[in-house]
Amino acid sequence: MSTDAASSELLDDEFLPMRARILELAASLDRTERAGQDFQEDPRWGQLQQAVELLLGAGTDRTERLQLLFSRPYQQKWREAWHM
Amino acid sequence: MYYIDPHIHMVSRTTDDYETLAKMGCVAVSEPAFWAGYDRGSSAGFRDYFEQLTSFEAKRAASYGIQHFTWLCINAKEAENVSLSREVIAMIPEFLDRAGVLGIGEIGLNKNTRNEATIFLEHLDLAAKTDEQILIHTPHLEDKYQGTRMILDMLTGDRRLDRSRILVDHVEEHTVRWVLEAGFWAGMTLYPVSKCTPERAVDMVELYGPERLLVNSAGDWGPSKPTAVPDFILEMRSRGHSEQAIRQVVYENPVKFFSQSRNFTFEAPEWAEAEVRHP
Ligand SMILES: [Zn+2]
Repeated sequence: MSTDAASSELLDDEFLPMRARILELAASLDRTERAGQDFQEDPRWGQLQQAVELLLGAGTDRTERLQLLFSRPYQQKWREAWHM
Repeated sequence: MYYIDPHIHMVSRTTDDYETLAKMGCVAVSEPAFWAGYDRGSSAGFRDYFEQLTSFEAKRAASYGIQHFTWLCINAKEAENVSLSREVIAMIPEFLDRAGVLGIGEIGLNKNTRNEATIFLEHLDLAAKTDEQILIHTPHLEDKYQGTRMILDMLTGDRRLDRSRILVDHVEEHTVRWVLEAGFWAGMTLYPVSKCTPERAVDMVELYGPERLLVNSAGDWGPSKPTAVPDFILEMRSRGHSEQAIRQVVYENPVKFFSQSRNFTFEAPEWAEAEVRHP
């Protein structure tokens, strides 16, 4: 099977589940907005917006990049900082 | 397909779960010591827990034809209490010769604090001195990346440790590469809520290959699904992976990793041996 045929077949399988998950996400965002405006100051809201923007980019490592977006940073010199 | 769940907390599951696991083809489980949902008040609480893990739980599993193995430690959450942790670490050697004890675990970090790191290092020292294998818990959610990198720094900083005898669990897309490239074994935990799904676990097998990769359910007292490994098997099959490739991840890899422990007295059921020889 050519790669194109395989990817179109994969889309056959994935289209409805992805559509459903995007609708779930839209409904969660709507629900948050309906509850008031306070959330816009919350850094987590900004993180979610960045995450959605990341989804729109190209590449095959979106999951890893999303994971890092939601992660606390790692400092290489942590042992020195703690004198360990 | 016969399989082994290499990380499942059966003390918090019902006997019905053992029956279900047996019906689904589970032939052995490995149960690391972990947090009970509340902080224990004294080291005596841990002594009782280790007693339960090494005696009662093995009997309960055996009545369903499941072989039970275990790992001992004070978990990362309670490691915040340094003096209690030291008492528990001092007691662990009393249990290391018991049947089914595979090593020290699941040690790790939770909130990546200095106390947790101190106790993690003291567990590593115990494992090195007693020549035990190590099973590691990496933190969840926003703490996972930082905590995993810190854990890898501590492991690779101790030259006494043999990386092929260490399993780093709960890896996800942003941590699996670091663990495998450093030469450790990596475990993917399938959790219905916060962690990895069977689909994403299969993605990681496809990206990194089946070498040194394990898959577990972690089944504990929180929302979890003790039959998550069969879900993974089904997802592998539906994507056209060979039975041999599936068996490598869910059966042969755990056997290979655990066989490095002197107390891994696993007896492969005849049919499993036949499956391996004549796939
Ligand atoms: Zn666990």
